[in-house]
Amino acid sequence: MSELKPIAVVIGNGMVGHRFCEKLKSKGLYRIIVFGEEPRPAYDRVHLSEYFNGKSASDLSLPMTGWFEDDEIVLHLGDPIREIDRHQRIVHSAKGIVQPYDVLILATGSSAFVPDINGIEKEGVFVYRTIEDLNKIKAYAPKARRGAVMGGGLLGLEAAKALLDLGVPETHVVEFAPRLMPRQIDSAGSAALESSLKALGLQLHLNKVTQSIEGRGHIEALQFADESCLHIDMLVISAGIRPRDELARLAGLTVGTRGGIVVNEKLQTSDKHIYAIGECALAQGMIYGLVAPGYEMADVVATNLSEGNKSFTGWDMSTKLKLIGVDVASFGDPFAAEPDSRSIVFDNRASGVYKRINVSADGKYLLGGVLIGDASSYNILLQTVNNRLVLPPNPEDLILGSRDGASEGAGVMNLPDEALICSCESVTKAAICTAVTEKGVTTMDAMKKCTKAGTGCGGCVPLVKDLITGTMKAGGIYVRNTVCEHFDRSRQELFDLIKLHGVKTYEETLSRWGKGDGCEVCKPVVASILASLWNETIAKQAVIQDSNDRYLANIQKGGSYSVVPRIPGGEITPDKLIVLGKVAKKYKLYTKITGGQRIDLFGAHVGDLPAIWEELIEAGFESGHAYGKALRTVKSCVGSTWCRFGLHDSVSFAIEIEQRYRGIRAPHKLKGGVSGCIRECAEAQGKDFGIIATEKGWNLYVCGNGGSRPQHAQLLATDIDKETCIRYLDRFLIFYIRTADPLTRTATWLNKMDGGMSYLRDVVINDSLGMGAQWELEMQDLVDSYKCEWKEVVGDPELRKRFSHFVNVPRKKDPELEFDSMRGQIKAKEW
Amino acid sequence: MATTTITDINWQFACRVEDVPTEGGACVLVEGEQIAIFHFARRGQWYATQNLCPHKQQMALSRGMTGSAGDNNEPKVACPFHKKTFSLETGACLSGEDYQIRTYPIKIKNGKVYIGL
Repeated sequence: MSELKPIAVVIGNGMVGHRFCEKLKSKGLYRIIVFGEEPRPAYDRVHLSEYFNGKSASDLSLPMTGWFEDDEIVLHLGDPIREIDRHQRIVHSAKGIVQPYDVLILATGSSAFVPDINGIEKEGVFVYRTIEDLNKIKAYAPKARRGAVMGGGLLGLEAAKALLDLGVPETHVVEFAPRLMPRQIDSAGSAALESSLKALGLQLHLNKVTQSIEGRGHIEALQFADESCLHIDMLVISAGIRPRDELARLAGLTVGTRGGIVVNEKLQTSDKHIYAIGECALAQGMIYGLVAPGYEMADVVATNLSEGNKSFTGWDMSTKLKLIGVDVASFGDPFAAEPDSRSIVFDNRASGVYKRINVSADGKYLLGGVLIGDASSYNILLQTVNNRLVLPPNPEDLILGSRDGASEGAGVMNLPDEALICSCESVTKAAICTAVTEKGVTTMDAMKKCTKAGTGCGGCVPLVKDLITGTMKAGGIYVRNTVCEHFDRSRQELFDLIKLHGVKTYEETLSRWGKGDGCEVCKPVVASILASLWNETIAKQAVIQDSNDRYLANIQKGGSYSVVPRIPGGEITPDKLIVLGKVAKKYKLYTKITGGQRIDLFGAHVGDLPAIWEELIEAGFESGHAYGKALRTVKSCVGSTWCRFGLHDSVSFAIEIEQRYRGIRAPHKLKGGVSGCIRECAEAQGKDFGIIATEKGWNLYVCGNGGSRPQHAQLLATDIDKETCIRYLDRFLIFYIRTADPLTRTATWLNKMDGGMSYLRDVVINDSLGMGAQWELEMQDLVDSYKCEWKEVVGDPELRKRFSHFVNVPRKKDPELEFDSMRGQIKAKEW
Repeated sequence: MATTTITDINWQFACRVEDVPTEGGACVLVEGEQIAIFHFARRGQWYATQNLCPHKQQMALSRGMTGSAGDNNEPKVACPFHKKTFSLETGACLSGEDYQIRTYPIKIKNGKVYIGL
């Protein structure tokens, strides 16, 4: 069969060439022969820097499932094409293959642009482009003390991250332009990015023209045109790309004056049987150095070769990415300036956040902008530009408005039906809304199944969720935060019902108020409510607990568990430290100090957990509840017992509080902190509750949060004594446990509360609901009924039996569980 | 399951009924394979699947939470690692991705659980 099909030869096996083969193969009309220069099959070049974070070459490789089954694709690796004979329509490979073609696709990509500088050939100078380049860098980096990257663009900063990851002690970035990422962001944006990157340890040199590379044999310094110089022993050049058009030139195809194979809207070169796609193609006078337009080109050619009709008419170069942990986004026209446009700028140097939007002169439309440090509004802003949405009267709200993301919800419903929401799977707003109104889709999972939206990069998921909620609201569907499909109740309603009826089990809860068999959402919610109300040990109903609560340990990569004993307030005796060390050695565990002043032991086999805990409990330890939605730690500074600034004994208070609230189950984890003076070494204002000593007593802060959206705790009460502090905390915690939605931290709970902090203060301090006394009693009940879960398991042979990997061979450990080693300890195998 | 005639099945003893927690799962090693067994006591149903979650290749499905999805109460399990859910009847991934897990015939006789390989 396949001999009869016309032959498509693809030169180049990069990401775009790979995508082209996929697309063309799916139409089934051609036999495809690929020639690649690199020795390995196509890999994900966009995530190349992850190669330095432990990803292997095979992790980065692109899937080729089913490619070679029917012999429709032949892949020649490590065999570049040397010559194209356009007359006879034949290509000649380096290894001597002579391959005729009916159509020829050039996907030769680009190479690193290496500027013509004296000394560029010296040892220690590298480019950053292929896995081979990375291997060379990786081999050289351990010898380097001071490394530099030439080029402060997107790729240059990626390369700088690679050097940081490789542990080069000093990393510099040298940029010719006066700012970083000159193609994407403006100078103020660059300034914000610079301050964040400097904080991460990068040293930046802007406005530097490199004149020569000095050194005897190997690189020793960069000499700049301004007569300054930088001493380095390693240089990575990442100063841009140069299209690989040499083969096309040789074949007499038209190329641009500054490189690139000239193509028309169908991506045909000057020879109609030859196409060029990706970074080697010069389309509309532009080289598109991103993967998305390359993919679009691949699709255009594959479609046209298969009797379709598509054109490539340019690409929106808007981008959002995380550079060394800093959000950077640029969309529409980031540089639009007066008189055509007015800019609105938010610039917070301290936090490294910079936002600029460019609005048309008449104030009606958004033209583009730059976001640094916080790109959470990127999706909606890009949609506003691309769909020419009319702006609200105060366009500054777009960047300054509600910061919890709620504003996105208001905007999404204004998008036109044809707005592209999921660009990976080409799903429009209309398709998403129709799925809600006509197919009754109300969850993200169902939406993924129904429309595939959000199944690619996942970047559109928040937007899709807002559209689902918005469409439901618009259709008059009352949007209640019901727990899941099995319970048509909110968590608070369930909490009240369970309490009122004295229900003690999940089974009974499901029979009374639910339907079906429950699921992984409602089981832990009910389990948490039952635990908060009755404080019975969670081991009694193991199967409804979230998997970490079921095994009373945190599951880690590979399926081993971690063990975290409670170390109240972070205070520990030398004897106990020795016990931890002995246990870790005996069971071959990895040890690490946690952020909460405890010691985490990783890599335990599930079957070893009871024995490990038996030894720990014997030595006086108890569960640290690191696996539970419960109190984790109350962090403390050293306090007045040792510190010359300390006002009160913060350690004793932290221990008292940690022991008071240990084991109590809540909608989410809880963290606390106690600082002995205003220097705040315990970082108490970043916790769910924080206590700071004052001259007269203690200040109590609540609802702070670290994590992905840090939020400072807010002051609830000032200069109170210990007893009052504990009373307020009792009330605050019970109020939270009763009313918060599942998996909602105190910060989010407060953000959603009508009346906010002043309402909370009224409830907790002024007892406006008249519940204070009852809540204090409820808390005291919980405190009095505390038991260490691990102690119960260790002492109960039936419970211990549950801790085995194979129930039919209880002593056998999971043979799939293997470890690597790193710095003298074990490490989970990569997945 | 429906397409296999009973005589073809090689039934292997896996474990005792009480080894598997009710409304939960457990892992057994049968002829070198790790198999997850689930007991839906409310409906009196048993299911068996591969123990490997195809998402990150982790031997973990038996430790996941069980439940049901949709109006026809399709039995399912959620992997403890990233909460990908799988139908225990068809092995299809229910959280919108193209994963598929193996399911095995299972039967109970005299308090013993048997898996068909």
